Amino acid sequence: MVYQYAFFQNALMAGILAAIACGVIGSYVVVKRLVFISGGISHAAFGGIGLGLFLGYNPLLTAILFSVFSSSVLGIISKKAYQREDTLIGAMWAIGMAFGIFMIYQTPGYVPDLSSYLFGNILTVSRTDISIMIVLNVIIALIVFVRYNEFLAFSFDEEFSEVTNVPVMRTYIVLLSLVALTVVVLVSVVGIILAMALLTLPAATASLFTNSFKKMILFSTLIGVAYMIMGIAMSFFLNQPSGATIVLVSGISYLGLLGIKSLINK
Amino acid sequence: MKQEIIKLEKVSFDYGDNRVLEDITLTVYDDDFLGIIGPNGGGKSTLLKLILGLLTPTEGNILLFNKSPQEGRKYVGYVPQYTLVDRNFPINVEQVVLSGRIGQTDFLRRYSEKDRKIAEKSMDIMGIKEIKNTQIGKLSGGQLQRVLIARALSTEPKLLLLDEPTANIDVQAETNFYDFLHGLSEKMAIILVTHDTGAISSHVKTIGCINKTLHYHGEKSIPPKVFEKLYGCPIELIGHGIPHRVLKEHSD
Repeated sequence: MVYQYAFFQNALMAGILAAIACGVIGSYVVVKRLVFISGGISHAAFGGIGLGLFLGYNPLLTAILFSVFSSSVLGIISKKAYQREDTLIGAMWAIGMAFGIFMIYQTPGYVPDLSSYLFGNILTVSRTDISIMIVLNVIIALIVFVRYNEFLAFSFDEEFSEVTNVPVMRTYIVLLSLVALTVVVLVSVVGIILAMALLTLPAATASLFTNSFKKMILFSTLIGVAYMIMGIAMSFFLNQPSGATIVLVSGISYLGLLGIKSLINK
Repeated sequence: MKQEIIKLEKVSFDYGDNRVLEDITLTVYDDDFLGIIGPNGGGKSTLLKLILGLLTPTEGNILLFNKSPQEGRKYVGYVPQYTLVDRNFPINVEQVVLSGRIGQTDFLRRYSEKDRKIAEKSMDIMGIKEIKNTQIGKLSGGQLQRVLIARALSTEPKLLLLDEPTANIDVQAETNFYDFLHGLSEKMAIILVTHDTGAISSHVKTIGCINKTLHYHGEKSIPPKVFEKLYGCPIELIGHGIPHRVLKEHSD
């Protein structure tokens, strides 16, 4: 049977790890309305991948450093620039992406299939990738666990948090860095371009069913796992690209449930 | 002995090239109950943000409890405009009120037993204990307003700062609200900022009128002539239960 193969077990493992990171961080992305800036972070992460391929390191490791750095820069400029925050985010978005392509073009010799970084290929996830994903998940879970109340107060009312002397700039940068780490977890599953989908869809689905933030995190993790398993299974049996299939399953499920819910509430 | 809690000296503030506030000098004491009124865009919110240290003045100096605004604001309970709250946020009343304690928590930001007691007491004062498990999206405007005040009270403030507290609240609720604030004003200084001049004059002790500059600050019961002359804002003051006072447009 298929689930006995190592590649399939790795795929499933990667999917579940991605669902956990997305469930937790995606909930913040949705309630704090960080969707656009998360798009900037995830696309800028491609610069890190290009850098890794050029220097001959594991691209996930360079993507971690690069995207944490670029998310900090994004966080600072989006707070300091009173106007045109979206323009600056768009610039970082494009520069990161272009830098990645540029670096890859400079890389001599064989360059791996770019589309697996852009759109993900869960069936080629390696043991090393899984280990990196596990470490990132542990970091994400740990930080959220010890900063839970601060993140909640900050996300709900940033201005009030600042008045009560919560270091809001630091909190914001930590939160964006966690988004960056989540993007790295997602790279091999759905790729840079589709990462936005998994940062938002499971959490948005969960928000249809609960008014509690803790439950939202729990539900969106479980929903994410369900989307992953459905998506991986469909992509395997129908022989379709995994990243796109997972995103389609998530997107259609979310819109369907949203439609059903608004019909019931009428 | 009255203590100065806010001291603004010749404060000006520019947004880019646009001067929003000019040459504001204002002293607030610990027993004040001050209403700041003025038209929309007159710089009221900017003034609040300057006092709270969220903005830095372009010129001039601000002292809050004899400290910088960033330090002094720990004694301030801030009540933002409830109409700006994201009501879809998955958070309940108790969690919002408890978040008033966030600045006093330990390294791990956990709420202690004491924090919970203080939050409980604030909810008691505001009469919102029965709805403490309700998600904020299901509250009426007036209830949400109380929740935000309870959160501010949880910081154990010496000064309560309210931004547009009576917007979209009906007259009866507004009157109750002012009566309630009146009770609170015995324990702490209160400043409220509003463009809605409705009942404010019959409830607060002193009035400040701001439209880029501070046109008037002092007792609300001043002779009409002086009142008219000093009062710059194109507004009308209508107190409930007191004779209507309608003011003319400012000549400049």
